[in-house]
Amino acid sequence: MSRNLHISYSTRLIITLVVLSAILWVCNLFIGSVSIPAKEVINVLTGQPCERESWRYIIIESRIPQAITALLAGCSLAVAGLLLQTTFNNPLAGPSILGIDTGASLGVAIVMLAGGTLLTSSPISGFIATIVGAFVGAASVLAIILFFSTFVRNNLMLLIIGMMVGYLTSSIISLLNFFASANQVHAYTMWGMGNLGGVSLQQLPWYATASVCGLLIALLLSKPLNAMLLGTRYAENLGVNISATRNMLLLATGLLTATTTAFCGPVTFIGLSVPHIARLLLRSSNHNTLLPVTMLCGAVVLLLCNMLSVIPGNNGIIPINAVTPLIGAPVIIYVIVNQKKIHYFNG
Amino acid sequence: MKTAPVISAQNLNIGYRTGGDGLKCVHHNLNIALHAGELTCLLGANGAGKSTLLRTLSGAQPALSGDVLINGTPLSKISRHRLSQSIGVVLTDKTAIGGLTVREVVALGRQPHTGFFGRLSSHDNAMVDDSLKACNITDKQHRYMASLSDGERQKVMIAKALAQECPIVLLDEPTAFLDIVSRIEIMSLLHRIATEHHRAILLSTHDIEQALVLSDRLWLLSRESGLTTGITEDIILSGSLDNLFHHTDIHFDPLHGSYYPTVQHDKTIVVDCKDETLLHWTINLLNRNGYGAAFDLSSPCSVILHIKARNEIIWQHDNEVATLHSFEELTQMLQKR
Repeated sequence: MSRNLHISYSTRLIITLVVLSAILWVCNLFIGSVSIPAKEVINVLTGQPCERESWRYIIIESRIPQAITALLAGCSLAVAGLLLQTTFNNPLAGPSILGIDTGASLGVAIVMLAGGTLLTSSPISGFIATIVGAFVGAASVLAIILFFSTFVRNNLMLLIIGMMVGYLTSSIISLLNFFASANQVHAYTMWGMGNLGGVSLQQLPWYATASVCGLLIALLLSKPLNAMLLGTRYAENLGVNISATRNMLLLATGLLTATTTAFCGPVTFIGLSVPHIARLLLRSSNHNTLLPVTMLCGAVVLLLCNMLSVIPGNNGIIPINAVTPLIGAPVIIYVIVNQKKIHYFNG
Repeated sequence: MKTAPVISAQNLNIGYRTGGDGLKCVHHNLNIALHAGELTCLLGANGAGKSTLLRTLSGAQPALSGDVLINGTPLSKISRHRLSQSIGVVLTDKTAIGGLTVREVVALGRQPHTGFFGRLSSHDNAMVDDSLKACNITDKQHRYMASLSDGERQKVMIAKALAQECPIVLLDEPTAFLDIVSRIEIMSLLHRIATEHHRAILLSTHDIEQALVLSDRLWLLSRESGLTTGITEDIILSGSLDNLFHHTDIHFDPLHGSYYPTVQHDKTIVVDCKDETLLHWTINLLNRNGYGAAFDLSSPCSVILHIKARNEIIWQHDNEVATLHSFEELTQMLQKR
């Protein structure tokens, strides 16, 4: 009886989140740094003639890709965070804390600063180079941490190693910045603040393909991920091929973090905090439902953050990394303060 | 009826490979036979190699030489998937399952039998139901793991191993950290599962008292004497347990099935007592206070104790006789001397 209740609760939650993210996605089209009357937005969306051609351009070329990017980036970073938390058996793991997005940043920095190409103005080859750079950077850091995790059993120590790897990576980025030209440094700094508007309509299919691939791999891994909750030795005894699963997780996490970081800059706190929001809402750590819920929560949170970032109106846009901690940090503090009462912390 | 062992090994060497060509052999030439329908306890001091042996038998760690045979097939020739249907384990590892329900955890045991997405068929659900029932946790199936006591959690992990439908279950110290009630419950449960479900169950434990009561067979593992195996009573009566811990300060008392500190005494008191329980605890008190006990009333001892009841102890010293009313008074008498 209550088993049916449980299923219906998670289904109800998923439907609510789908509706909520759809509403927020549409809201993202209506709100932006340039104020456009709602009636005109509807006209543009329904293909009716629009009062000003510039408004049509803003909605089609900027707001729609940005809203799709926010949706995908939210899903990607949240799922990457969840995969890391399960892989390292550590609820405080996340792409930023473990230095994985710093790794992606280094890859981007090498391409942008040393290679001399710029993400926003470059032809498609430079743009692919940026993505590949980010992926290699993210995957390398992740591989280093996975390597350490084979003999550093203490989770806190592993997080600190991740932070140290992050610092080392940052210092290399600083060195690259030191030797780069002023223009390159400016472009890199702007990118580093995080910007969901960085993906153009032409680039969007690339980004969408890469992140959807990462999300699909993650969804296919829910059975071994559930076994991994028991720890690697139990999972192995249940027939899970640990090294193959870890490689797939490396691929998925690398893909999700790297593509998002390459396109939007290192967006913080989503990967760390959204899996907690999802678990608290769902009241379960079962990946069969937790993965989709985390994905949807990520979309909702980042769409919301994107809306908050345009509040100044004509005065410009707040960098997304100034908004995400407003939601993310309180969640993490809440979770840590209440960890004795939160079921999934007491494994 | 003697059945063929489900796990067997001849001249098995276990240990670790230490980088390069280095081998650190923990035990060599082990001969092993684990039987279905029996509860077997693996006893030994810390560092004797119990966990290494269990890991080797479960296939988590390769043997240095020699083959472990599972129903006659070498472990190295069994696929990962097949092995997950042959051996279930219960470990002391840290887990992150606080946010799963009891039922979900037990259902994880079905993973070797389910498809790519791990969907449970009605047969899988029936197996989960049976496993929950066998471990008496059906009424807790919708509780979160985080809300359970240590003993209940251990039952869930045993139910998980049962749901795995493995003929062999290996448990690494399943009763560690549990209170006495849970320890007895878990051991009785394991014995019942071994008999009723005809599984071969091997567990390592420090809980020798319970092992001697409920274990069908004992495996004694020590650095010095290697592995000694046999039916529990054969092992107890053979005196092998005295050699389990190479320590001169403790000895095994086969009458009470327990280890005691070896008594160092230079004084002896003659004890006259008909009741065995009274006698046992009188000797216990004498030993603790540095006295040995003798039972020959004609021996030239100066003190004779006649224990009539727990509140009637007659202290006879040459011709002087005193009646003591408790062991408290007896202790005072002993300390006065």
